[in-house]
Amino acid sequence: MSKNIKLMQGNEAIAEGAVIAGCDFFAGYPITPSSEVAEILSNKLPKIGKVFLQMEDEIAALGAVLGAALGGAKAITASSGPGISLKQEHIGYASMCEIPCVIINVMRGGPSTGLPTLPAQSDIMQARWGTHGDHAIIAITPSSVNESLYETIRAFNLAVKYRTPVMILTDEIIGHMREKVVIPDKNEVEIIDVKLPDVPPEKYNPYNFTSGKVTPLAPMGEGYRYHVTGLIHGETGFPSQKTDVIQNAENWLIDKIYKNIKDIEKFEEFQLEDADILIVAYGSTSRSARQAIMMARAAGIKAGMFRPITIWPFPEEQISSLSKKIKKILVPEMNMGQVILEVQRNACGSKVYGLNIVNGEPITPDQIYAKIKEVSEL
Amino acid sequence: MIKTKFDYDYYLRKNTLPHIWCPGCGDGIILKALLRAIHKCGYSKDEVVITSGIGCASRLPGYVDFNTIHTTHGRALTFAIGIKMYKPRLKVITISGDGDALAIGGNHFIHAARRNIDMTLIVFNNYTYGMTGGQYSPTQPLDSYSTTTPFGNIESPFDVCNLAQAAGATWVGRSTSYHAVQLEKFMVNALNHTGFSVLDVITNCHISYGRRNKMKSPVDMVKYQKEKAIAARSAENMSAEELAGRFKTGVLFEKNDKPEFSSEYYKKLESIKTK
Repeated sequence: MSKNIKLMQGNEAIAEGAVIAGCDFFAGYPITPSSEVAEILSNKLPKIGKVFLQMEDEIAALGAVLGAALGGAKAITASSGPGISLKQEHIGYASMCEIPCVIINVMRGGPSTGLPTLPAQSDIMQARWGTHGDHAIIAITPSSVNESLYETIRAFNLAVKYRTPVMILTDEIIGHMREKVVIPDKNEVEIIDVKLPDVPPEKYNPYNFTSGKVTPLAPMGEGYRYHVTGLIHGETGFPSQKTDVIQNAENWLIDKIYKNIKDIEKFEEFQLEDADILIVAYGSTSRSARQAIMMARAAGIKAGMFRPITIWPFPEEQISSLSKKIKKILVPEMNMGQVILEVQRNACGSKVYGLNIVNGEPITPDQIYAKIKEVSEL
Repeated sequence: MIKTKFDYDYYLRKNTLPHIWCPGCGDGIILKALLRAIHKCGYSKDEVVITSGIGCASRLPGYVDFNTIHTTHGRALTFAIGIKMYKPRLKVITISGDGDALAIGGNHFIHAARRNIDMTLIVFNNYTYGMTGGQYSPTQPLDSYSTTTPFGNIESPFDVCNLAQAAGATWVGRSTSYHAVQLEKFMVNALNHTGFSVLDVITNCHISYGRRNKMKSPVDMVKYQKEKAIAARSAENMSAEELAGRFKTGVLFEKNDKPEFSSEYYKKLESIKTK
């Protein structure tokens, strides 16, 4: 079979991936540099009988997504920095009520209005901790246009499987650049669909905090009548202030993600076998890191890269075990130091160095190479 | 299957009762009218979705046996739009207080009206943020008192109905928790209307609002509703002075020729397919 290869933009690849994943519903609000996701889906979704909505604001966009998802839709929204800040309350609601949804964050420079048309990687911690209260979240950092497509499909699958918001963290570079994409057939990729529960309505509880299994979310309007609330609730969905119910509910939100980390994690290792310097890089910065590693190796410095694709939950185990062998770690990122905090937390006795450039330009291979050289001489 | 004989028990989630509302609160009267109206409309429990925001009124969905979504503060209409657009066959009702619908949710209120999407919004309008202890709301009358207007309110209140009509809603009415029979009738009208319908229900919070405004018992507040309500038709011949401090009740606006959003959307999909 000949491969379906296209040249496309990162934001277009996300839209393409969403359609392949079976996306039923998009609601969004225009914001640079993510608007192409909305524009492209406004053209694609109606043609296949699906819903596209441009809402009155960012909050409404995620609200509509969650409403549709409760009806059983595979639903997605796309935004960037300030828009993601506005969506935070509904991200918490989606976590609390265990409503699957995919949130695209094409990162731009911040804080506030920041740098609308220039890249950054400064929403990594916002993705994890942006909404109030204890919760877990899945976030994914693709590093190419092709990966944007496949990771969007995986994001939908994880959202449905774990009944959770999943955030795709690309950035202005990947969102706007054009690259080769191999578009898969639907039967070439795993697609997890929304299912009716395997119990009749009278036996259905919308939540289960203790079995370790994620209860399917029954689409509303199909005979499974239940209550959804952002208040702490028991397994029946109704609010509760009983201490054991509260504790179980809170534990569950964390456990269902972290106890399934093996299924959720995804990473790439590059030239790590003999590395003396470990580069931990993600997203667009990992592309420069790859080049820098080749430059370093040509100069006799054994550098290698660990590239988290799933950034949340953070690959703690991998960093911890790599740091037992490699004593120097460099974390280049387009922010003032976010992922480096996680690396430091998990690195056992290794020295961790940061390369933090937030001037609106991509971090170049030369800059990373210079830092590798500097670190190698320390 | 819809039971032909009306029975509150059939619609209530009795295991979630008693409700959180204070003795004498008007919200229970509105809840009961809503159940009777839904029954009269002949909807099955499975096809009804009720969304609500945050506040006393917004606790209603927990007590009734439909598909119920107690959402975030002010955003109930956004969830309602999402599920309605995805499954337009569902009957979607939103319950909201005055603060929820018109302060934090004001943007969604006007845009739902502008779109004229086929849903019903019922505003439980008690002029106050009851759940948080009685701060002034965007519908609180001028010169009245609250925990955050200790010297009297100097902000002009919204008229829910004028705002809904101006923003594009195609059915607008007002009743009170005192006028329980009329309330039920208007709810039936609002639910049967195709398009965005807004029913403003003046209800009483004697605890948080009345107590600070010389109406400390539920009876005082019910009397207020009875005396201050004026049928829209009677109001036509009254002067501004005569209408001061009063509110109009009735079906205040109805328009049946404005396109409805969800059906327009799906019509558009059909036209794209045939191209």
